[in-house]
Amino acid sequence: MPPQTPATSGTTADSLLEVRDLHTRYSVRGSFFDRLKGRESGSVHAVDGVTLDLRHGEVLGLVGESGSGKTTLGRTLLGLVEASSGSIRLEGEELTGRSEAEMRPLRRRMQIVFQDPHASLNPAMTVGALVADPLRFHKLASGREELRARASEALERVGLAPASEYLDKYPADLSGGQKQRAVLARAIILGPDVLVADEPVSMLDMSVRAKILELMLELKDELGLTYIYITHDLATAKFFCDRIAIMYLGRIVELGPAADIYEHPQHPYTAALLKAIPEPDPRRAVARDLPRGEVPDAVVPPLGCPFHPRCPRAFEVCGWESRDLRTLLEERWTKLDQDAYERERALVGELDDLDVAESEAFLPAADGGSGEEAAGVLEAMRADAPADPFWSGVASTSVEPDGVRIGFHTPREPRDLEVGRSVVNCHLHDPGAIELAERLRRGEPEPEPPDAGADAG
Amino acid sequence: MRQRRLSRWLAPLRETTGVSRWMFWAGVVIVAFFVVLAVFAPLLAPYGFDQVSDAGVRFPKQGSPDGTHPFGTTVGNYDVLSRVIWGARTAIEVVVLAVVFSLAIGVPLGLFSGYVGGRADRVLVLIMDALFAFPYILLAIVIAFLLSDKLGQGVVTAAVAITAVYVPQYFRVVRNHVISVREEPYVDAARALGAPRRTIVSRYVLQNVIQSVPALATLNAADAILTLAALGFLGYGIQPTDAAEWGYDLQRAIDDAGAGIWWTGLFPGLAIVALVTGFTLLGEGLNDVINPLIRARSTAKPEMPGRTGGEGEEAILSLDPAPGTDRPRGP
Repeated sequence: MPPQTPATSGTTADSLLEVRDLHTRYSVRGSFFDRLKGRESGSVHAVDGVTLDLRHGEVLGLVGESGSGKTTLGRTLLGLVEASSGSIRLEGEELTGRSEAEMRPLRRRMQIVFQDPHASLNPAMTVGALVADPLRFHKLASGREELRARASEALERVGLAPASEYLDKYPADLSGGQKQRAVLARAIILGPDVLVADEPVSMLDMSVRAKILELMLELKDELGLTYIYITHDLATAKFFCDRIAIMYLGRIVELGPAADIYEHPQHPYTAALLKAIPEPDPRRAVARDLPRGEVPDAVVPPLGCPFHPRCPRAFEVCGWESRDLRTLLEERWTKLDQDAYERERALVGELDDLDVAESEAFLPAADGGSGEEAAGVLEAMRADAPADPFWSGVASTSVEPDGVRIGFHTPREPRDLEVGRSVVNCHLHDPGAIELAERLRRGEPEPEPPDAGADAG
Repeated sequence: MRQRRLSRWLAPLRETTGVSRWMFWAGVVIVAFFVVLAVFAPLLAPYGFDQVSDAGVRFPKQGSPDGTHPFGTTVGNYDVLSRVIWGARTAIEVVVLAVVFSLAIGVPLGLFSGYVGGRADRVLVLIMDALFAFPYILLAIVIAFLLSDKLGQGVVTAAVAITAVYVPQYFRVVRNHVISVREEPYVDAARALGAPRRTIVSRYVLQNVIQSVPALATLNAADAILTLAALGFLGYGIQPTDAAEWGYDLQRAIDDAGAGIWWTGLFPGLAIVALVTGFTLLGEGLNDVINPLIRARSTAKPEMPGRTGGEGEEAILSLDPAPGTDRPRGP
């Protein structure tokens, strides 16, 4: 393989990896009948327009709940999952759209450490053979003696010393920590530039975690590595990462220096995640207003900002929609006592029609009931929780004979905004959105969607 | 290192206990006995398989066992003992050929189908399932019949007919196993490390899949003996002029049974039962040895501290980990 050409023009001097508007979609298999009819039943947007720069020698954390797309993003960067669109450049060289064979030479420069060390090592090979195997893939060494020598060197570097004790063992003979060290040895043997670590310590014992992370930091300094550290654990990310990207439903909602993220979280989701970190001091019980609900359906994500249904600070323009009404209604009913629930449930019809991603909702009255009664339910809801951000999104309510029609403000996609040293994807930091919301609050008519369409991408 | 690898392969054998160890070794002994018969048939058999006279003296017809013919003779004047020994050679030959053919076709197809997936996989699965759906003896007869023109009714034809019956089984086992191994992180890791596809398939997938094949092959061998005998019994197997075959002998012995001539049917029948049993025991034993889920390891039973002075709770509280307990060492 020829030596890599130095960074070509068009890249900033210090970014090693440039990711621009990256999308990864998985198609979802529908029911048996859907497949018989040849119907594609949609796709999951696992990575939804991610843009980031990885700088030389830094540790970038990708943090998010499960299902936030952080693992898919890592795998897409390595070409293990095909990107649907967008670009990934490694020092100017485009990585997307390459065939497996074209990708192979570049794999020397980017490595991955998986979450499960027990499953990452081929159980049928000795540690020595599997650590040296990458050298054989790339024809960088040959011959038993040379491969063994290189494997020994790598094993000792990761602290499996003396290597002779481990070379002829099988993975099953090693402990979890030792396996993860062997995985690291295998990853560094090719001399990569970037190492994607996908929850590298989450399956290890507490006692071993810190040691592995320390080893990773040592390797980074000795070998000049750059890390992408994928985790759901903000507590370890705090001491391990230089910069942190918070992911939610396939998007980066906040990206900034680790210290800023912890001290001045800008996005409501980041703030919520930080509150969820367990507090070791039981006397200092903190208020835990964790985001309500669950991570929404990624096949049909919420309109506007994907976090708005759970956001305590959402307002007019965040993308309120029909499904939010159902969530709110059901949440209310779980809190009512049995009699009150039954009385109220009898006044409205089936809620299934609310399950559409539209910024207009129709709450049907019960069979034989009138729209007035359904409207009464809405009023009761509003009276009980007037401060719920949901009500800010309601633009109009009209009572019809068989139900209530509710119009919401036009959803707007949040933009990436620079706040201090961070980039935040939230309307709360967008003066335009705030101004618009104020106008809406004063009852001014909705302007023509200014840039909603343009921002959708 | 090679020695180490061998000892690793044999390790489960040493760890087996009780029934599975007994089954395994009983199977080994029985199969080995028949293999010796097959290999040394020319030396062990008193006569040739189609010999009807010796030194100008014709063998008696349906002669009862005596000094010159310990197992008696058949209606065709053959010596039963010789037929049984030569029959072992035929059976082993056919089984070895059939297993080699089935492995050579079934394993690569399964590997390809499972790893590549997609449309090719669906088509192959459909074909194999269709083959599977046929009554196996019918399938074997059809293949034997079709091939008899080209290859004659010999050992190879019988082996190919049996191969057609067993290929779908190897295909299925290998394919399904490949599909699960393909998703293992170590296969992804190999890809991320830049392993060429060939290497991934041969060194990362095949090595972890192949372990399930020996047990299957041995169990299929037992089945193949029965299929071969059935073909011979129905007259679609090996021609009596080509080789001795137990199924054919059994068929010729049907009329004898009514006439009180027991030796022409008993000995070939016993041979079939014994060899099938041998292969089955060996296969089941191997299955227990190789499949860790049903393997009972011969671990020493933990010694529980006895109740001293009736203070049971104290005894339990003072339970120390035994000095030899295998704990994973921290790095």
